Amino acid sequence: MILRTFGFSEFGFLVSALLWTVVLTIIALSGGGIVGFFIALARTSTHRWLRIVAATYIQIIQGIPVLMILFLSYYGLSLAGLQLPPLVAAGASMTIYASGYLAEIWRGCIQSVPKQQWEASESLAMTRTQQYRYVILPQALRISLPSTVGFAVQVVKNTSITSIIGFVELARAGQLINNATFQPFRVFIAVAALYFVVCYPLSQLSRWLERRLHARSHR
Amino acid sequence: MSYTFQFGVIAQYQNEILAGIWMTIKLSVASIILGCACGIVLASVRSMKPGIGRILVDAYVEIIRNTPFLVQLFIVYFGMPGLGIRVSAVTAALIGMTINLAAYSTEIIRAGIESIHKSQIEAGEALGFTRLQIYRHVIIMPAIAKVYPALCSQFVLMMLASSVCSAISTNELAASAAFVESQSFRSFEVYIVVTLIYLALALALRGVLAMIGLWLFGRRVARRTAVALPEVQT
Repeated sequence: MILRTFGFSEFGFLVSALLWTVVLTIIALSGGGIVGFFIALARTSTHRWLRIVAATYIQIIQGIPVLMILFLSYYGLSLAGLQLPPLVAAGASMTIYASGYLAEIWRGCIQSVPKQQWEASESLAMTRTQQYRYVILPQALRISLPSTVGFAVQVVKNTSITSIIGFVELARAGQLINNATFQPFRVFIAVAALYFVVCYPLSQLSRWLERRLHARSHR
Repeated sequence: MSYTFQFGVIAQYQNEILAGIWMTIKLSVASIILGCACGIVLASVRSMKPGIGRILVDAYVEIIRNTPFLVQLFIVYFGMPGLGIRVSAVTAALIGMTINLAAYSTEIIRAGIESIHKSQIEAGEALGFTRLQIYRHVIIMPAIAKVYPALCSQFVLMMLASSVCSAISTNELAASAAFVESQSFRSFEVYIVVTLIYLALALALRGVLAMIGLWLFGRRVARRTAVALPEVQT
């Protein structure tokens, strides 16, 4: 058997696998964003029970490893007769994971809108929906921008865990190439470098947004 | 979809699961102590005057924080033998966790140090403190007290992330779960039970850290620690 060496075409394979990492990140952020948004609303609701249910959901998601969510949805559900393809299981798990964290981030943002804003909009006889729509959420959105972008970095990195159930994204592609070339150091440094290329600009963007928005709110 | 749960089967494998829990606890505690110690040292270097040390620490923190923990584990476990360093899976897991946690705690403690006002140090000097006393009592301890809840959240996240170490065949809790699953074929039950164990471990760790906070910094910090959720590092 002739061993392949880690060359140009192998690197190309890594880059194409990076695409799946990006796809999974987008699924997780959009799916998790929608679910997380409603949980954040429930968490700040005036109904006590909605708040308790939302808080419990967040506590559970943040208290268990992403890997367990993945195992439950991939191996667990298949035993119960619901066989999900790896992409669906990975997408669903990352969505659940992201929703728990985004809900908590956004709860903090909604609650950091000054109380006077609620009172002022109430005195204008706005309904609760109008208050959210015109007064609270636009402000909360701005506050949430830096930490949401920062969380996107966590999601990009955590998609690597889906490689454990065999979903071929960047980390899994690295393992496959390593099995073919036996040059682990080079292969995984290249994999790490590709993750860095995606994550570092996002981290910097988050930091820049934080500085910018912070500066503005103190003017 | 009708499905009958059979949790009784899992009870037969309690020894494997207990061994996994014990390994997860050992790895977590060891990496928390080592990672936090490294974090204090690196954050101190980071807060000194600009220079080569500061650039190196910054580079280390940025590289670790912008690459996945799993890939870091792969580099330690599969990559290091290529450089002539062969380590067991458990050692590799511990090295990986320490390297990862050190970077995050450096960043958190640095934020704490930066929040210490210069006048505090001047006040310490005026009281005739030595430099070491100022460093310990005026800079490091108050800095850690300020960021203690965030630091603890990072510790909890690290404990949960240790489940990924099963990918390099470290025999911790997630690996025990996979083993029991392969023996009993009751994957749904196994993973539900193990998920609940992780949840209990996370709550217990938070409780223990709050007690340590009470002992080190008093009631207010401990309360914030006990209720804080893992903060997402940006």
